[in-house]
Amino acid sequence: MSFIEVKHIHKTFKLPLKQGGIKGSLKSFFHREYRTIHAIDDISFSIKKGEIIGYIGPNGAGKSTTIKILSGILVPDSGSVVVDKMTPWKDRKKYVAEIGAVFGQRSQLWWDIPAMDSFRLLKDIYKIGDQEYEKTLNELIDLLDLKDILNVPVRQLSLGSRMRLEIAASLLHRPKILFLDEPTIGLDAVSKRQVREFIKKINRQNKVTIILTTHDMADIEALAKRILLIGKGVLLYDGSLKQLKEQYDYLKTVRVMTKEYVKIKKSYIQSQRRIEGGIEFQVDARKVEMNDFIHYLSSKLTIKDIDFIPQTIDDVIVRLYEEYGI
Amino acid sequence: MRGYLSYFKLKFITGLQYRAAALAGMSTQFFFGMVYVLVYVAFYESGSSTKTPMELSSLVSYVWLGQAFFGLVYLWYKDKEILTMIKNGNIAYELCRPQDLYFTWCSKILGERLAMVTLRFLPVILVAILLPTPYRLEAASSISSFLFFLLAMILSTFLMTVLVVLYHVVCLFTLDEKGIVNILMVLADILSGLVIPVPFFPAYLRNISNLLPFRYITDFPFLVYTGNVGGGQILIGLGSQIFWILFLFFLGRFITNKALRKTVIQGG
Repeated sequence: MSFIEVKHIHKTFKLPLKQGGIKGSLKSFFHREYRTIHAIDDISFSIKKGEIIGYIGPNGAGKSTTIKILSGILVPDSGSVVVDKMTPWKDRKKYVAEIGAVFGQRSQLWWDIPAMDSFRLLKDIYKIGDQEYEKTLNELIDLLDLKDILNVPVRQLSLGSRMRLEIAASLLHRPKILFLDEPTIGLDAVSKRQVREFIKKINRQNKVTIILTTHDMADIEALAKRILLIGKGVLLYDGSLKQLKEQYDYLKTVRVMTKEYVKIKKSYIQSQRRIEGGIEFQVDARKVEMNDFIHYLSSKLTIKDIDFIPQTIDDVIVRLYEEYGI
Repeated sequence: MRGYLSYFKLKFITGLQYRAAALAGMSTQFFFGMVYVLVYVAFYESGSSTKTPMELSSLVSYVWLGQAFFGLVYLWYKDKEILTMIKNGNIAYELCRPQDLYFTWCSKILGERLAMVTLRFLPVILVAILLPTPYRLEAASSISSFLFFLLAMILSTFLMTVLVVLYHVVCLFTLDEKGIVNILMVLADILSGLVIPVPFFPAYLRNISNLLPFRYITDFPFLVYTGNVGGGQILIGLGSQIFWILFLFFLGRFITNKALRKTVIQGG
């Protein structure tokens, strides 16, 4: 059986509709209208032990809701979740002792005191033995380079340092599963890389199963072999990133530097737009040989320079979102 | 248990750190204590011989006790950390700890309140004892009433905690504490005897306050101290305290469990 098994979960939220202005406010004071949002609409998937899953989707797709159901915070309206033979919201206390969570936009460290004190609190909360705590802490200090920031009040730290401490805080009790909800949000390139390296390391060394949500596709590319794509509460894609990329690989972006401008009406041109000093084409490589296209182009234009822009994973995702209308 | 204890410790320690706030608190307590005492003394001196419900010396002691224990007994306390957590969604972290949310909040609130009272209690008591006669805090009326007072104060602390936690967990639904706290500020402040001791109330209001939990936090223990409540009355009072502790405790737990079934985390 798989380690994490999610079957047909649904979750709806009822939100009060509020109209703006004085009149609207008065109206909703007496009569409140509600709007039902299907945050999760029949999602199923299963995850094996030791996997890193990239959980992606646009804002408001239902990613965080899923994470919160998986971490036992929210209760779904229907459906079943079994993680390591437990139902998160039913065996909450026992279950959460085995998971760690980092919510990138929130903080679990006490603002006014050094992280060390927060760590000690967590040690007591998770009932970690002295020796085990020392060992894990020393490991984390090494891996995440925490020595200099551990005893500084958290409010004086940079976001990057804080995030490293947040991640360390969620690993002190050696969880089997780690939920990372946008762990690299707002970090600079160096910190991002550091966090990614670390995530990889603990996945390899401690066999921690990791579920990662992010909007930064570079995170996904660096970490997750398998991705789950969700939009409007529905699971749209479950598979490898490579496959996903290949699926859309036929679209090539060609940037031509030229003084002239022509509009090319061919079936293989998906779109074109004028850029500074030239034109950019989106070419469907299934319908035309690139050779022929360039040949044709040079017969129409004087080409000063030509660039093939590799498709980034971001492009793929944008295309995917467009395709599914999410 | 150890986990709850560390919440308590951490809150207690951070509470003790705010020296300026403590100083301000202390001087407020002196000021109010002095004003109340002076007013009451003036009343008693100029008053006719009509029977008063309390001796002047008892009344003055009552006032000083109220000021000394103010950090522990006032009822419109807001735990900023908990309330912000509910509003901005940081409660997500609190919920993925292997602990009971209700007890966690109990220990946090208790820790902070005890820190508050620790900083104000001694200086106020010391000065109140050293003041000249009509203005001073007298010793308890007897050793037994002092012991009962201690017991009543301990129960009062628990009662205060479950009451304060109760309106904090209600905020899981309402998301905002202003309404509920404002109501409490008026209602509890008066009915608990923090403004005027309950024995001075007109009969009907006294009956109302006997039926509500508030006076068992403030008024009752103080009256035990001054000896205005004695004998069987003490046992009834202690019984009421225990009843209210249990009642508010179970109500609080019920609401917490209900709320957690339909939590919405604010801000995604």
